[in-house]
Amino acid sequence: MNYVIIGNSTAGIGTVEGIRKHDKSGEIIIISNEKHHTYSRPLISYLLYGKTTEEKMKYRKDSFYEDNNAKLVFGNVLSIDDKKKTVNLENGESISYDKLLVGAGSKPFVPPMQGLESVKNKFTFMSLDDAKALEAIITSETRVLIIGAGLIGLKAAEGLSKRVASITVVDMATRVLPSILDEEGSKIVEEHLVKSNIKCILGTTTKELFEEKAILSNGDEINFDVLIVAVGVRPNTELVKDIGGQVNRGIQINTKCETSINDIYSAGDCTESYDITTGENKILAILPNAYMQGEVAGINMAGGNKEYTNAIPMNAMSILGLHMITAGSYDGEQIITKAENAYKKLVVRDGLLVGYIMIGEVNRAGIYTSLIRDKVQLDSVDFEVLKNKPQLIAFSKQVRMQKLGGVKNDN
Amino acid sequence: MKKVYVNEEWCLGCHLCEYYCAFANSGITDMVKALKDKKINPRIQIEEGGDVCFAVSCRHCEEPLCVKGCITGAITIVDGVVSVDREKCVSCYTCILSCPYGAVMPSDEGAIQKCELCVKNAGGEPNCVKGCPNKAIVFEERG
Repeated sequence: MNYVIIGNSTAGIGTVEGIRKHDKSGEIIIISNEKHHTYSRPLISYLLYGKTTEEKMKYRKDSFYEDNNAKLVFGNVLSIDDKKKTVNLENGESISYDKLLVGAGSKPFVPPMQGLESVKNKFTFMSLDDAKALEAIITSETRVLIIGAGLIGLKAAEGLSKRVASITVVDMATRVLPSILDEEGSKIVEEHLVKSNIKCILGTTTKELFEEKAILSNGDEINFDVLIVAVGVRPNTELVKDIGGQVNRGIQINTKCETSINDIYSAGDCTESYDITTGENKILAILPNAYMQGEVAGINMAGGNKEYTNAIPMNAMSILGLHMITAGSYDGEQIITKAENAYKKLVVRDGLLVGYIMIGEVNRAGIYTSLIRDKVQLDSVDFEVLKNKPQLIAFSKQVRMQKLGGVKNDN
Repeated sequence: MKKVYVNEEWCLGCHLCEYYCAFANSGITDMVKALKDKKINPRIQIEEGGDVCFAVSCRHCEEPLCVKGCITGAITIVDGVVSVDREKCVSCYTCILSCPYGAVMPSDEGAIQKCELCVKNAGGEPNCVKGCPNKAIVFEERG
């Protein structure tokens, strides 16, 4: 069996590890359009911040490819030929596959903005090369303008915070991190950013850009030396779309991570997942999801049988010392608790926990996550105890024996 | 493989396991010096309420969500033991988001920590098990 994997990031690595659970000898070729050993993409902000190094941010150890008998090839994939079962590279090379994984990831979305072409130092913030290019240009005098107050924009702000003169974040949304927080949570994070000398201008768009200046829709003029565009990402779906595979916003896959085309699987940020908390297909561009999809795809590619059926949105995020963990969706009965340095919201719908937000105090959050992922009926646990804090004592003795005592679940 | 299991009806709620854990992970050979007047942050923690109490520590899952979700590759399985490379960890807390047992926690040194079955300490038997006066936690093979 010969496996080809497009993409050398989380989904691709998960695929290699999934394949090798079942097939120790088949040939694996990984095609990467970034000339690096596999690295952790979310760590590029930590690299700028000084909390990691290029060496430490390698996602797997140096011997990973050798240990897994996998060959890493650098190149850009132009197309897939699903009839001949080949992958065609920009350099004219063509690589045959029996089973193919498309882990093509996503690309930064840069919306049309008047004057963008006249900006001298403009960046997106998605790759190690982006981070290194930024690092090469910034000094303690640099004024940075970031467009986008989502996860990528704020992590870029954190990464640069100790190293530049000023940071301004502009977003057309009226609050920060709107994709993972509620209004109260956004307010807490915004106050924290302001305290950390990161200026937020929200509910405002960029009207016109000049070489080192932006004019905003509220009339403000912001002078900058470096512009970072972090308004969002778009999944790389073209390779599958071009050969007639089913694609909505992301590549469509089933619970075995198969696309609609024979012998082609897909995983990671280029795909859509079924969110069990809303019953909708959506893009869940988060690292754990990419790994678990990749692993499932790999197992199935190698002749095993595994399904991935409990994807949920979930994020652990910290910004300048403020930790937050969120999961699921927020439509339902809201149970809110506040303490001096902590905010917590639990969301209940139809007798199930479907979402939560924890800011400041995040200990043992995974117990809440498991209630969502496992769709635990709340009338089977002591929910009053769980409202206070996540703890296993809220489960029945029988369940605790399974969780902690090694007793098998007979059901 | 041998793991730490809980016999909750025998747990006295004495918290000695927490102290033995903190001692084993302190790197200090004198128990008094290691623990006296210190606020401990053990990797095994007692839950109690009403007349129930029991200890919780890492289950060393065969399909560990903390390992699969780790964004840095700092958490790996080494000979069955779910282990942390503290140099690689950046404290993003995705493992805390992921662990269904609440058995991963921030350390005092700026990385996460979890039970590693004392393999990086004295070795052999986990210190919490050695120190438990009532065999409420045991280190053995179970199904």
